[in-house]
Amino acid sequence: MSRGTENGTSQGAEAGADASRLRKEFGRTKVREMREFRGEHTVVVKLGALKEVLSHCRMALGYDFLLDVSSVDNMGEDPRFEIVYELATLDDRKHLRLKAPVAEGEEVVSVVDLWKTANWHEREVYDMMGLRFTGHPNLKRILMWEGYPYHPLRKEFPLAGKPSEMPDVAFSGIAPLEGGPFVTSPGSDRVSGEPRAKGES
Amino acid sequence: MSAETADTTLSHAAYDSKVEGNIIFTRLDAAINWMRKNSLWPMPMGLACCAIELMATGAARFDISRFGAEVMRFSPRQADVMIVSGTVTYKMALAVRRIWEQMPDPKWCIAMGACASSGGMYRSYAVLQGIDKLLPVDVYISGCPPRPEALLEGLMKLQRIIEGEKPIEEQIAGIREAQG
Repeated sequence: MSRGTENGTSQGAEAGADASRLRKEFGRTKVREMREFRGEHTVVVKLGALKEVLSHCRMALGYDFLLDVSSVDNMGEDPRFEIVYELATLDDRKHLRLKAPVAEGEEVVSVVDLWKTANWHEREVYDMMGLRFTGHPNLKRILMWEGYPYHPLRKEFPLAGKPSEMPDVAFSGIAPLEGGPFVTSPGSDRVSGEPRAKGES
Repeated sequence: MSAETADTTLSHAAYDSKVEGNIIFTRLDAAINWMRKNSLWPMPMGLACCAIELMATGAARFDISRFGAEVMRFSPRQADVMIVSGTVTYKMALAVRRIWEQMPDPKWCIAMGACASSGGMYRSYAVLQGIDKLLPVDVYISGCPPRPEALLEGLMKLQRIIEGEKPIEEQIAGIREAQG
Protein backbone atom coordinates (compact mmCIF):
# COMPACT_ATOMS: atom_id res chain seq x y z
CA MET A 1 0.00 0.00 0.00
CA SER A 2 1.31 3.42 -0.84
CA ARG A 3 1.71 5.58 2.22
CA GLY A 4 0.82 9.25 2.22
CA THR A 5 -0.94 9.28 -1.14
CA GLU A 6 -4.56 10.29 -1.19
CA ASN A 7 -5.61 6.85 -2.38
CA GLY A 8 -3.60 5.06 0.31
CA THR A 9 -5.12 7.15 3.08
CA SER A 10 -8.71 6.67 1.96
CA GLN A 11 -8.11 2.97 1.46
CA GLY A 12 -6.83 2.76 5.00
CA ALA A 13 -9.75 4.74 6.39
CA GLU A 14 -12.37 2.54 4.73
CA ALA A 15 -10.65 -0.70 5.71
CA GLY A 16 -10.24 0.57 9.28
CA ALA A 17 -13.96 1.29 9.49
CA ASP A 18 -14.65 -2.23 8.18
CA ALA A 19 -12.34 -3.74 10.81
CA SER A 20 -14.31 -1.94 13.54
CA ARG A 21 -17.54 -3.18 11.96
CA LEU A 22 -16.28 -6.75 12.08
CA ARG A 23 -15.35 -6.40 15.75
CA LYS A 24 -18.82 -5.00 16.53
CA GLU A 25 -20.60 -7.71 14.54
CA PHE A 26 -18.67 -10.72 15.84
CA GLY A 27 -17.31 -9.65 19.22
CA ARG A 28 -14.00 -10.14 20.96
CA THR A 29 -13.97 -13.94 21.03
CA LYS A 30 -14.26 -14.27 17.27
CA VAL A 31 -12.41 -11.15 16.13
CA ARG A 32 -9.45 -11.27 18.47
CA GLU A 33 -7.23 -8.47 17.38
CA MET A 34 -7.15 -5.42 15.13
CA ARG A 35 -3.84 -4.03 13.95
CA GLU A 36 -2.90 -1.04 11.88
CA PHE A 37 0.50 -0.51 10.32
CA ARG A 38 1.18 2.35 7.88
CA GLY A 39 -2.43 2.48 6.81
CA GLU A 40 -2.79 -1.28 6.37
CA HIS A 41 -5.43 -2.96 8.49
CA THR A 42 -5.14 -6.51 9.75
CA VAL A 43 -7.82 -8.42 11.61
CA VAL A 44 -6.92 -11.59 13.51
CA VAL A 45 -9.81 -14.01 13.63
CA LYS A 46 -10.43 -17.26 15.53
CA LEU A 47 -10.09 -20.18 13.12
CA GLY A 48 -13.56 -21.52 13.96
CA ALA A 49 -15.15 -18.20 13.01
CA LEU A 50 -13.07 -17.62 9.91
CA LYS A 51 -15.66 -18.73 7.38
CA GLU A 52 -18.48 -16.61 8.77
CA VAL A 53 -16.26 -13.53 9.05
CA LEU A 54 -15.00 -13.95 5.48
CA SER A 55 -18.53 -14.58 4.29
CA HIS A 56 -19.63 -11.34 5.98
CA CYS A 57 -16.77 -9.48 4.27
CA ARG A 58 -17.82 -10.84 0.89
CA MET A 59 -21.59 -10.41 1.23
CA ALA A 60 -22.09 -7.41 3.51
CA LEU A 61 -18.88 -5.37 3.22
CA GLY A 62 -18.40 -5.75 -0.53
CA TYR A 63 -14.95 -7.35 -0.66
CA ASP A 64 -15.51 -8.93 -4.07
CA PHE A 65 -11.83 -9.54 -4.83
CA LEU A 66 -9.61 -12.07 -3.06
CA LEU A 67 -6.05 -11.01 -3.86
CA ASP A 68 -4.19 -13.83 -2.19
CA VAL A 69 -4.32 -16.65 0.31
CA SER A 70 -1.01 -17.43 1.94
CA SER A 71 0.32 -19.09 5.05
CA VAL A 72 3.05 -18.49 7.60
CA ASP A 73 5.04 -21.11 9.50
CA ASN A 74 5.96 -19.83 12.97
CA MET A 75 7.87 -22.95 13.96
CA GLY A 76 8.29 -23.33 17.70
CA GLU A 77 5.16 -21.37 18.50
CA ASP A 78 1.76 -22.71 19.34
CA PRO A 79 -0.36 -22.62 17.23
CA ARG A 80 2.31 -23.17 14.63
CA PHE A 81 0.74 -21.88 11.41
CA GLU A 82 -1.11 -18.80 10.36
CA ILE A 83 -3.34 -18.41 7.31
CA VAL A 84 -3.59 -15.02 5.67
CA TYR A 85 -6.32 -13.65 3.39
CA GLU A 86 -5.84 -10.45 1.40
CA LEU A 87 -9.22 -8.95 0.60
CA ALA A 88 -9.86 -6.05 -1.74
CA THR A 89 -12.49 -4.58 -3.98
CA LEU A 90 -12.35 -4.53 -7.76
CA ASP A 91 -12.41 -0.70 -7.82
CA ASP A 92 -9.38 -0.65 -5.45
CA ARG A 93 -11.34 1.30 -2.84
CA LYS A 94 -10.21 -0.67 0.19
CA HIS A 95 -7.87 -3.44 1.23
CA LEU A 96 -8.21 -5.60 4.34
CA ARG A 97 -6.05 -8.42 5.64
CA LEU A 98 -7.46 -11.29 7.68
CA LYS A 99 -5.34 -13.72 9.63
CA ALA A 100 -6.18 -16.84 11.61
CA PRO A 101 -3.88 -19.06 13.67
CA VAL A 102 -3.89 -22.74 12.65
CA ALA A 103 -2.50 -25.46 14.92
CA GLU A 104 -0.79 -28.52 13.49
CA GLY A 105 -3.36 -31.04 12.26
CA GLU A 106 -6.17 -28.47 12.17
CA GLU A 107 -8.06 -27.97 8.93
CA VAL A 108 -9.18 -24.68 7.44
CA VAL A 109 -12.61 -24.26 5.89
CA SER A 110 -12.36 -23.60 2.16
CA VAL A 111 -13.69 -20.34 0.76
CA VAL A 112 -13.95 -21.51 -2.85
CA ASP A 113 -17.72 -20.95 -2.68
CA LEU A 114 -17.13 -17.26 -1.82
CA TRP A 115 -14.28 -16.50 -4.23
CA LYS A 116 -13.55 -18.93 -7.05
CA THR A 117 -9.95 -17.77 -7.18
CA ALA A 118 -9.43 -19.37 -3.77
CA ASN A 119 -9.33 -22.75 -5.52
CA TRP A 120 -5.74 -22.46 -6.76
CA HIS A 121 -4.56 -20.33 -3.84
CA GLU A 122 -5.68 -22.98 -1.38
CA ARG A 123 -4.10 -25.72 -3.45
CA GLU A 124 -0.82 -23.82 -3.30
CA VAL A 125 -1.06 -23.42 0.47
CA TYR A 126 -1.75 -27.15 0.75
CA ASP A 127 1.12 -28.02 -1.56
CA MET A 128 3.75 -25.77 0.01
CA MET A 129 2.72 -25.72 3.69
CA GLY A 130 0.59 -28.81 4.12
CA LEU A 131 -2.51 -27.11 5.50
CA ARG A 132 -5.65 -28.95 4.44
CA PHE A 133 -8.93 -27.30 3.46
CA THR A 134 -12.30 -28.85 4.20
CA GLY A 135 -14.86 -28.48 1.45
CA HIS A 136 -12.30 -27.82 -1.29
CA PRO A 137 -13.54 -29.32 -4.59
CA ASN A 138 -10.13 -30.47 -5.83
CA LEU A 139 -7.49 -30.44 -3.11
CA LYS A 140 -4.36 -31.75 -4.81
CA ARG A 141 -0.88 -30.39 -5.30
CA ILE A 142 -0.48 -27.58 -7.79
CA LEU A 143 3.28 -26.91 -8.09
CA MET A 144 4.90 -30.17 -7.01
CA TRP A 145 3.64 -33.46 -8.41
CA GLU A 146 1.00 -35.60 -6.78
CA GLY A 147 2.90 -38.07 -4.60
CA TYR A 148 5.78 -35.78 -3.60
CA PRO A 149 6.26 -36.59 0.08
CA TYR A 150 7.14 -33.15 1.55
CA HIS A 151 5.77 -29.65 1.95
CA PRO A 152 8.76 -27.52 0.93
CA LEU A 153 7.93 -24.18 2.55
CA ARG A 154 7.77 -25.61 6.06
CA LYS A 155 10.63 -24.39 8.22
CA GLU A 156 12.09 -27.84 8.87
CA PHE A 157 12.48 -28.48 5.14
CA PRO A 158 16.01 -27.68 3.91
CA LEU A 159 16.41 -25.23 1.04
CA ALA A 160 18.52 -27.73 -0.88
CA GLY A 161 15.63 -30.18 -0.89
CA LYS A 162 15.38 -33.85 0.00
CA PRO A 163 15.73 -36.86 -2.25
CA SER A 164 12.53 -38.56 -3.31
CA GLU A 165 11.63 -41.09 -5.97
CA MET A 166 8.37 -41.82 -7.73
CA PRO A 167 9.04 -44.16 -10.66
CA ASP A 168 7.76 -42.81 -14.01
CA VAL A 169 6.38 -39.66 -12.39
CA ALA A 170 9.23 -37.65 -10.95
CA PHE A 171 12.23 -37.73 -8.66
CA SER A 172 14.15 -35.11 -6.71
CA GLY A 173 17.63 -34.74 -5.26
CA ILE A 174 19.68 -32.48 -3.01
CA ALA A 175 21.01 -29.29 -4.59
CA PRO A 176 24.68 -28.47 -3.87
CA LEU A 177 24.75 -25.19 -1.96
CA GLU A 178 28.56 -24.86 -1.58
CA GLY A 179 28.41 -23.13 1.78
CA GLY A 180 25.22 -21.25 1.01
CA PRO A 181 22.50 -20.12 1.01
CA PHE A 182 23.79 -16.56 0.69
CA VAL A 183 21.26 -14.36 2.44
CA THR A 184 21.00 -11.03 4.19
CA SER A 185 20.32 -10.96 7.91
CA PRO A 186 17.94 -8.43 9.44
CA GLY A 187 19.47 -6.17 12.05
CA SER A 188 20.51 -2.61 12.76
CA ASP A 189 24.17 -3.10 11.81
CA ARG A 190 24.63 -2.71 8.06
CA VAL A 191 27.90 -4.65 7.93
CA SER A 192 26.55 -7.76 9.64
CA GLY A 193 23.44 -7.47 7.50
CA GLU A 194 25.39 -8.01 4.27
CA PRO A 195 24.70 -11.24 2.38
CA ARG A 196 26.72 -14.06 3.89
CA ALA A 197 26.89 -17.82 3.51
CA LYS A 198 24.73 -19.43 6.16
CA GLY A 199 26.70 -22.66 6.00
CA GLU A 200 23.59 -24.80 6.05
CA SER A 201 24.65 -27.09 3.21
CA MET B 1 48.85 -25.56 -67.36
CA SER B 2 50.42 -27.41 -70.26
CA ALA B 3 48.42 -29.84 -72.34
CA GLU B 4 50.54 -32.75 -71.15
CA THR B 5 49.95 -32.25 -67.41
CA ALA B 6 46.27 -31.60 -67.96
CA ASP B 7 46.12 -34.92 -69.71
CA THR B 8 47.80 -36.87 -66.91
CA THR B 9 45.66 -35.15 -64.27
CA LEU B 10 42.55 -36.11 -66.11
CA SER B 11 43.55 -39.69 -66.53
CA HIS B 12 44.24 -40.06 -62.76
CA ALA B 13 41.56 -37.79 -61.36
CA ALA B 14 38.46 -39.26 -59.83
CA TYR B 15 36.44 -37.11 -62.16
CA ASP B 16 35.02 -38.18 -65.44
CA SER B 17 34.06 -35.32 -67.69
CA LYS B 18 32.01 -37.71 -69.79
CA VAL B 19 29.50 -38.02 -66.98
CA GLU B 20 27.12 -35.08 -66.76
CA GLY B 21 27.27 -32.80 -63.68
CA ASN B 22 29.60 -32.87 -60.68
CA ILE B 23 30.54 -36.12 -59.08
CA ILE B 24 32.66 -36.45 -55.98
CA PHE B 25 34.05 -39.72 -54.76
CA THR B 26 34.15 -40.12 -51.00
CA ARG B 27 33.45 -42.61 -48.24
CA LEU B 28 29.78 -43.23 -47.52
CA ASP B 29 30.22 -42.50 -43.81
CA ALA B 30 31.90 -39.18 -44.51
CA ALA B 31 29.09 -38.21 -46.87
CA ILE B 32 26.43 -39.20 -44.33
CA ASN B 33 28.19 -37.25 -41.57
CA TRP B 34 28.44 -34.24 -43.87
CA MET B 35 24.72 -34.40 -44.60
CA ARG B 36 23.81 -34.87 -40.96
CA LYS B 37 25.87 -32.00 -39.69
CA ASN B 38 24.43 -29.59 -42.22
CA SER B 39 20.79 -30.44 -41.65
CA LEU B 40 20.44 -30.58 -37.88
CA TRP B 41 16.79 -30.16 -37.08
CA PRO B 42 16.47 -28.86 -33.52
CA MET B 43 13.87 -29.84 -30.98
CA PRO B 44 13.46 -26.52 -29.12
CA MET B 45 13.08 -27.53 -25.48
CA GLY B 46 12.52 -23.93 -24.41
CA LEU B 47 11.83 -23.79 -20.68
CA ALA B 48 12.93 -20.32 -19.59
CA CYS B 49 14.64 -17.12 -20.70
CA CYS B 50 17.29 -19.03 -22.70
CA ALA B 51 14.48 -19.87 -25.11
CA ILE B 52 14.19 -16.17 -25.94
CA GLU B 53 17.82 -16.22 -27.05
CA LEU B 54 17.12 -19.42 -28.95
CA MET B 55 14.31 -17.62 -30.78
CA ALA B 56 16.64 -14.70 -31.49
CA THR B 57 19.13 -17.18 -32.92
CA GLY B 58 16.43 -18.48 -35.20
CA ALA B 59 15.38 -15.03 -36.37
CA ALA B 60 16.81 -12.97 -39.25
CA ARG B 61 19.67 -11.17 -37.50
CA PHE B 62 21.53 -14.27 -36.33
CA ASP B 63 19.89 -16.65 -38.80
CA ILE B 64 20.50 -20.19 -37.62
CA SER B 65 19.69 -21.39 -41.15
CA ARG B 66 23.23 -20.47 -42.15
CA PHE B 67 24.13 -23.69 -40.34
CA GLY B 68 21.24 -25.74 -41.67
CA ALA B 69 19.46 -25.84 -38.34
CA GLU B 70 16.51 -23.54 -39.03
CA VAL B 71 13.91 -26.31 -39.18
CA MET B 72 12.67 -26.20 -35.59
CA ARG B 73 10.64 -29.35 -35.14
CA PHE B 74 7.94 -29.35 -32.52
CA SER B 75 7.53 -33.05 -33.03
CA PRO B 76 10.39 -34.99 -31.44
CA ARG B 77 10.04 -37.67 -34.11
CA GLN B 78 11.42 -35.32 -36.75
CA ALA B 79 14.18 -33.78 -34.65
CA ASP B 80 17.92 -34.47 -34.54
CA VAL B 81 19.22 -32.23 -31.78
CA MET B 82 17.48 -31.27 -28.57
CA ILE B 83 18.41 -27.78 -27.43
CA VAL B 84 17.55 -27.69 -23.74
CA SER B 85 17.26 -23.96 -23.16
CA GLY B 86 16.16 -23.10 -19.66
CA THR B 87 15.56 -24.25 -16.12
CA VAL B 88 14.57 -27.88 -15.85
CA THR B 89 12.41 -28.44 -12.79
CA TYR B 90 12.00 -31.92 -11.40
CA LYS B 91 8.38 -31.80 -12.45
CA MET B 92 9.43 -31.09 -16.04
CA ALA B 93 12.41 -33.46 -16.02
CA LEU B 94 10.44 -36.57 -16.84
CA ALA B 95 8.68 -34.84 -19.74
CA VAL B 96 12.07 -33.77 -21.12
CA ARG B 97 13.29 -37.35 -20.79
CA ARG B 98 10.19 -38.68 -22.53
CA ILE B 99 10.55 -36.29 -25.46
CA TRP B 100 14.24 -37.22 -25.70
CA GLU B 101 13.30 -40.88 -25.92
CA GLN B 102 10.79 -40.12 -28.67
CA MET B 103 13.53 -38.63 -30.84
CA PRO B 104 14.91 -41.13 -33.36
CA ASP B 105 18.60 -41.99 -33.46
CA PRO B 106 21.03 -40.51 -34.29
CA LYS B 107 20.35 -37.65 -31.88
CA TRP B 108 22.36 -35.07 -30.02
CA CYS B 109 21.77 -32.77 -27.09
CA ILE B 110 22.88 -29.21 -26.43
CA ALA B 111 22.61 -27.93 -22.84
CA MET B 112 22.10 -24.23 -23.39
CA GLY B 113 22.90 -21.92 -20.49
CA ALA B 114 23.74 -22.26 -16.82
CA CYS B 115 20.42 -23.81 -15.70
CA ALA B 116 20.39 -26.62 -18.23
CA SER B 117 24.09 -27.30 -17.65
CA SER B 118 24.19 -27.27 -13.85
CA GLY B 119 20.99 -25.93 -12.32
CA GLY B 120 22.46 -22.43 -12.47
CA MET B 121 21.43 -20.09 -9.72
CA TYR B 122 18.52 -22.34 -8.74
CA ARG B 123 20.06 -24.28 -5.88
CA SER B 124 16.62 -25.37 -4.91
CA TYR B 125 14.47 -28.33 -3.96
CA ALA B 126 12.50 -27.92 -7.18
CA VAL B 127 15.21 -27.75 -9.85
CA LEU B 128 17.17 -30.54 -11.53
CA GLN B 129 20.87 -29.75 -11.08
CA GLY B 130 21.94 -30.18 -14.68
CA ILE B 131 20.24 -31.94 -17.58
CA ASP B 132 23.21 -34.34 -17.82
CA LYS B 133 21.74 -36.19 -14.85
CA LEU B 134 18.97 -37.23 -17.24
CA LEU B 135 20.33 -37.33 -20.82
CA PRO B 136 23.75 -37.54 -22.51
CA VAL B 137 24.85 -34.00 -23.35
CA ASP B 138 27.16 -33.33 -26.31
CA VAL B 139 27.73 -29.60 -25.94
CA TYR B 140 27.40 -27.32 -22.91
CA ILE B 141 26.99 -23.60 -23.48
CA SER B 142 27.85 -21.20 -20.66
CA GLY B 143 25.96 -17.97 -20.07
CA CYS B 144 22.87 -16.76 -18.30
CA PRO B 145 21.42 -16.63 -20.87
CA PRO B 146 24.07 -17.19 -23.58
CA ARG B 147 24.09 -14.75 -26.48
CA PRO B 148 22.93 -16.09 -29.85
CA GLU B 149 26.56 -16.09 -30.99
CA ALA B 150 27.34 -18.52 -28.17
CA LEU B 151 24.56 -20.84 -29.26
CA LEU B 152 25.84 -20.73 -32.83
CA GLU B 153 29.34 -21.48 -31.55
CA GLY B 154 27.89 -24.45 -29.68
CA LEU B 155 26.12 -25.59 -32.81
CA MET B 156 29.37 -25.37 -34.79
CA LYS B 157 31.12 -27.40 -32.08
CA LEU B 158 28.41 -30.02 -32.41
CA GLN B 159 28.89 -30.01 -36.18
CA ARG B 160 32.58 -30.68 -35.64
CA ILE B 161 31.67 -33.61 -33.36
CA ILE B 162 29.32 -35.06 -35.97
CA GLU B 163 31.92 -34.56 -38.70
CA GLY B 164 34.33 -36.79 -36.85
CA GLU B 165 31.87 -39.51 -35.95
CA LYS B 166 32.99 -43.01 -36.83
CA PRO B 167 30.98 -45.47 -38.87
CA ILE B 168 28.54 -47.54 -36.87
CA GLU B 169 30.55 -50.78 -37.29
CA GLU B 170 33.64 -49.09 -35.85
CA GLN B 171 31.62 -47.66 -32.99
CA ILE B 172 30.20 -51.06 -32.12
CA ALA B 173 33.65 -52.65 -32.40
CA GLY B 174 34.99 -49.97 -30.06
CA ILE B 175 32.27 -50.64 -27.50
CA ARG B 176 32.91 -54.42 -27.71
CA GLU B 177 36.63 -53.84 -27.21
CA ALA B 178 35.98 -51.62 -24.19
CA GLN B 179 33.78 -54.31 -22.67
CA GLY B 180 36.58 -56.84 -23.21
